[in-house]
Amino acid sequence: MLQINNLHATINGKEILKGINLTVRDGEVHAIMGLNGAGKSTLSNVIVGHPAYEVTKGEIIFNGKDLLKMSPEERAHEGIFLSFQQPVEIPGVSMVNFMRAALNAKRQYQGQDPLSAGDFLKLMREKRQIVELDSRLTSRSVNEGFSGGEKKRNEIFQMAMLEPTFSILDETDSGLDVDALRIVAEGFNKLRTPKTSAIVITHYQRLLDYLKPDIIHVLIGGMIVKTGGPELALEIENRGFDWIKEEVGL
Amino acid sequence: MEEKNEFVREVAEKKYQYGFTTDVQTEVIDKGLSEEVVRLISEKKGEPDWLLEFRLKAYRHWLTMEQPTWGHLKMPEINYQDISYYADPTKSGKSSDSGKSGEIDPELMKTFDKLGIPLEERMALAGTAVDAVMDSVSVKTTFREKLKEKGIIFCSISEAVKEHPELVREYLGSVVPYKDNFFAALNSAVFSDGSFVYIPKGVRCPMELSTYFRINARGTGQFERTLIVCDDDAYVSYLEGCTAPLRDENQLHAAIVEIVVKENAEVKYSTVQNWYPGDKDGKGGVLNLVTKRGHLRGRNSRLSWTQVETGSAITWKYPSCVLSGEGSQAEFYSVAVTNNYQQADTGTKMIHIGKNTKSTIISKGISAGKSQNAYRGLVKVAKTADNARNYSSCDSLLLGSHCGAHTFPYMDVHNDTAVIEHEATTSKISEDQLFYCNQRGINTEEAVSLIVNGYAKEVINKLPMEFAVEAQKLLGVSLEGSVG
Repeated sequence: MLQINNLHATINGKEILKGINLTVRDGEVHAIMGLNGAGKSTLSNVIVGHPAYEVTKGEIIFNGKDLLKMSPEERAHEGIFLSFQQPVEIPGVSMVNFMRAALNAKRQYQGQDPLSAGDFLKLMREKRQIVELDSRLTSRSVNEGFSGGEKKRNEIFQMAMLEPTFSILDETDSGLDVDALRIVAEGFNKLRTPKTSAIVITHYQRLLDYLKPDIIHVLIGGMIVKTGGPELALEIENRGFDWIKEEVGL
Repeated sequence: MEEKNEFVREVAEKKYQYGFTTDVQTEVIDKGLSEEVVRLISEKKGEPDWLLEFRLKAYRHWLTMEQPTWGHLKMPEINYQDISYYADPTKSGKSSDSGKSGEIDPELMKTFDKLGIPLEERMALAGTAVDAVMDSVSVKTTFREKLKEKGIIFCSISEAVKEHPELVREYLGSVVPYKDNFFAALNSAVFSDGSFVYIPKGVRCPMELSTYFRINARGTGQFERTLIVCDDDAYVSYLEGCTAPLRDENQLHAAIVEIVVKENAEVKYSTVQNWYPGDKDGKGGVLNLVTKRGHLRGRNSRLSWTQVETGSAITWKYPSCVLSGEGSQAEFYSVAVTNNYQQADTGTKMIHIGKNTKSTIISKGISAGKSQNAYRGLVKVAKTADNARNYSSCDSLLLGSHCGAHTFPYMDVHNDTAVIEHEATTSKISEDQLFYCNQRGINTEEAVSLIVNGYAKEVINKLPMEFAVEAQKLLGVSLEGSVG
């Protein structure tokens, strides 16, 4: 589904990604771990097309298409979703209007008619339940006054509404208490199918216990230095990253 | 609706076949302003002596006045001798937007499309001879009859002067005297035409009165004069304006709107203004200088001004209310958008005179490009105004870092039982908010529109529905290209 070849990216002239190679197949969940500043968020931002980052070399192929040629909105319509690390608040814009605009934009891109108001509200009610999101929250402005946990649940709610084929969870577990983490993780799991894939960026094992990724990557200094199965995550949990750095000679 | 459009199209096409119909009575007075010009205007309109006197007094007083400069505005030099003060009202509207063959300027068409303006209105706005069409389609006639049955008078000021002179004479100039300010004096001397509305006692006007129905007014809108009188226990909702960017070579628009509200009566006045704002470099554009005032004369009288100002190179206006009647209530809701090099200095004056009066001011300024947007508001409480209440909320939204938003709130309180509250906020649309929308598949243009409409929601909700829908689209269109 997603193929990243020799990706180099900079921000404000500083090179953060120094040659990323990564292949994610349909149905796979990959975890990316690494210290702060290694480039994990940069990678997710580059995949979704954040304008602050410049790609200086390499390519990203998504289902056979050149992703780097597409605007962020087009990438979203093609099926890419990012669960932001720090979801922003948009006062005055209701969740309903926001989701409706997003959903209908995607439908238009795919040559479908927009959803009727009735069908749309029904869909919202249905998907809310996946992350136990109260109707009182969905009747507010986007993320306005939401707690950390509510914001992360709202991200998964939006994912449920938009049904992406490829999602990126950027440190979705940061700032969550045990219960919130469980709801978010279980919600994500409910949305998984053999046709969807994901990249999960995290520091901690807790989330991975729920999500059970297929492949673990370690990102250090802008490059993927080690790739392994789920046991790799456990080793990092126990021993940290130093042993990897030594192994790779950093 | 389908049928009506078909019919309209057919008739319009017939007109195109024969070319643009020009009326024989071409009357254009040479440029320049003098007492002779004022007399000539009055003569051409067949006005009675008292009205000529009114104009002359105003003109003579205007000569003693100087153009005000206190606005937070860079006003271009206005040469008052370089303006023609009389344009033939019998000519079917302006020909500036429809060329010789009666076709509408394609640029204008694109905007009409975006704003979803229906065909009939497009033709009216483009100046083609829709008058004829409107007269043959029974819409206008049934509409007029309905009003006549109830005793409601809704016609042009010129007509009103002939048919109901006592009414006009009683109220004209009673809310905005010609001495009020420089532009009021000018308008009082040379006003062309406008609406006259009279709602008799106890009558609730059954439909929204709109200037759209008075197509005659379009061609002579330069010095428009409107007078609305709502008698005891009556109600009327009036809509002024249009959402299409009417191009006008006549840069100066100095209008006056006077509203008189009597006991237990209510008037809702809504404006959506999108006059030509000038080009991207700030050249040209309409100067929209208006004096609007309502006199809440009777007990428990109510008046609300709702305005969405997105056009004009310069907007300088303060729809105001004088709360004389005991228990009277006034409201002012405004969204003023400025982009590129537009400038706005707008707000309101709430003057509390009677007892137990209440006023509400909600002002939302949106600035983009290199524009300047100022809110100027006065809340004045006279010694006699016991228990006056005011709530003001002025918010500014900035798009980008080259525009300005300014607030000049004035409070002049002479009664210590008054309760005045004022809140103000300034905010910016962040790139993070826009990117969040982008990542959800919403493009930047739509995202700005969503955010801006959410911001302006409180004001837009006060507009009558059809107007509200057009205003929402207009907000999106007027901020196009402001981000990125």
